[in-house]
Amino acid sequence: MTLAQASRGDIIEVVSIPDANIRAQAIRLGIFEGSKIICSEKLPAGPVILQNRNQEVAVGRRLAESIAINILEK
Amino acid sequence: MSNGCSNIAIKNIDPTKKKLVLVGNPNVGKSVFFNSFTGLYVDVSNFPGTTVDISSGEYNDFVVIDTPGVYGVSSFNDEERVARDVIIEADIVLNVVDAVHLSRDLFLTQQLIDMGKKVVVALNMMDEAEKNGIVIDINKLSQMLGVPVVPTIATKHQGIEDVKKSLFFANEGVKTKGIDKLLDMYKGRTAFEAETLLVIEDDPNVIQRNGLKSTGLREEVYRKRRQRVDFIIENVVTETTKGASFSTKLGMYLLKPVTGIPLFLVTLWIMFKFIGVFIAQTVVGITEETIMQGIYEPFIVSLVSRFISEQSFIGKLLIGEFGLLTMTPVYVFGLLLPLVVGFYLLLSILEDSGYLPRIAALVDRFMTKLGLNGRAIIPIILGFGCITMATITTRLLGSKRERIIATVLLGLTIPCSAQLGVIMGLLLSLGLKYIMIYTLVIVGVFVLTGVLLNKVMPGQSTDLLIDLPPVRIPRAINVMKKTFAKSKTFIVEATPLFALGAVLITLMQYTGFLDWIQVAIAPLTVGWLKLPKEAATALIMGIVRRDFGAAGLSSLTMTPVQTLTALVTITLFVPCIASVIVIFKERTKEEAVLIWLSSFTVAFLLGGIVAHVVA
Repeated sequence: MTLAQASRGDIIEVVSIPDANIRAQAIRLGIFEGSKIICSEKLPAGPVILQNRNQEVAVGRRLAESIAINILEK
Repeated sequence: MSNGCSNIAIKNIDPTKKKLVLVGNPNVGKSVFFNSFTGLYVDVSNFPGTTVDISSGEYNDFVVIDTPGVYGVSSFNDEERVARDVIIEADIVLNVVDAVHLSRDLFLTQQLIDMGKKVVVALNMMDEAEKNGIVIDINKLSQMLGVPVVPTIATKHQGIEDVKKSLFFANEGVKTKGIDKLLDMYKGRTAFEAETLLVIEDDPNVIQRNGLKSTGLREEVYRKRRQRVDFIIENVVTETTKGASFSTKLGMYLLKPVTGIPLFLVTLWIMFKFIGVFIAQTVVGITEETIMQGIYEPFIVSLVSRFISEQSFIGKLLIGEFGLLTMTPVYVFGLLLPLVVGFYLLLSILEDSGYLPRIAALVDRFMTKLGLNGRAIIPIILGFGCITMATITTRLLGSKRERIIATVLLGLTIPCSAQLGVIMGLLLSLGLKYIMIYTLVIVGVFVLTGVLLNKVMPGQSTDLLIDLPPVRIPRAINVMKKTFAKSKTFIVEATPLFALGAVLITLMQYTGFLDWIQVAIAPLTVGWLKLPKEAATALIMGIVRRDFGAAGLSSLTMTPVQTLTALVTITLFVPCIASVIVIFKERTKEEAVLIWLSSFTVAFLLGGIVAHVVA
């Protein structure tokens, strides 16, 4: 499934980020293939907000649709 | 250097002094350290080919150089490229780290260490970390990184003296495991030792200037570094369940649409009150009317006319109606500068408070429909100040496609502050119905243009991926400095454009071309738009200065429908000549001509539709 399908409060594991440039930028913010993070907010049809400890990152919806994830905890 | 030019483009650097470079993620409080090191004597210089300014000063035997806040050393944008080139030549790096965001910030720290730099880490915002229930084992962190780590609360000036003492112990830290082997492959093949890491990280600029080939190793290196950073954090950070602090909650409220949209509207209203009322009326009343038109202009005209006749061509060029010494400074300093300062002041507050990225996230959904992403809200907001400046700012957008769409939207639909005041004055006299029609038409054109361009333009726009820093109270001194630096950029970049515009207009007037266009477009204005024939003059004046055009309309006697038609046309009509020049500078000639012609066509088309339909 994709990040766009995660719901608010889910703990997720990132499976793959297809775009190499996005991958490089995301890994600096603590998001990479294998990282476990919280989907802390989801704006209606808008960005998904990811939280890793105190770090928050907004991911545009279309980008979220391209990121494959697993849900670890609902 | 192999390409024959030194990286550091900072003037007056004493080559015998050691370079102490300050590095950190955005908004980590780096500037407090810089100020404490350098005191009042600071040199600010522009990094060639960018809008990025670099500050430098002296501290004992060091030249201290500040760098823009970045998430890593690479070349994803101008800030990163500038920071990278300054860091490459650093003797000692003071890395300021946000204790609340160690996972993000240590990635940069470890990268600096992997570059082989001598590093001191200032672990800043220890008070906030404590408030959020974060406990950090500082000794262990220092031991694992292999560099001195000094806890600080820079805003309260705690720990800064300790940082200064630690500079003597700056150290090459412990590199990411396995990186040495990769570094050895390229050792001695780069102009600077620190560039070796950037080569294996596939930094295109560094590879090119050292005449090397792409290595394809970036992912591997980044992944190893990320694993090491996460391992360090697991070992040194303990989080107690103290719960979210007030700022975290506020950050969430600003983001959730239910609360976020009303709060955003309130923010816009405050911005409007501050800029539209206080600055545009009170401040500009003093700067433009009292100072520039009341004192400066008569002075310069009487001074110059002693030597040169006002009627001669040179006289017209210098002190004529659109003169280089009359209209240009009155417009730039009397009218635009106060408004631009106002906008930058508010933008700096929004940026430093951590609100701006949240606004970007909030409007992202809407902006993606226009082929932009949330970040484009910055040039759009700025456009209400000055289209010329906003068009320059489109550089921060992620792709050429977005830069074109934003440029078109700015040039076509956003009324700049200079004309907004006059437009609103005229609109208010027409009543609610006409205000609504005007707003509907302009917003409609804005949305339709964006949607259409997004449909027809090839390629894809970049997606939003943005760090949401915590909500904080901005520091007044930082806000002032940012506002000052950006306003200075406006003066430096935009004044020549307005001057060039003034020369072009004087030429057009002198050769009779201006009169010719006014006659030539009269059939359009009178026949199609059903406006009095003098309105053509107002439209053409709008090219000189947007507010001239709008103000020209106030002096005409027109029916409400005519006024509405004229306002719609003049809003959509080509932006002022300075913005047109900037569009030509930033875009290709073909694109610029196309943008210019389309705004001309759309303005007359819609103006005519309004004239026929509303009537």
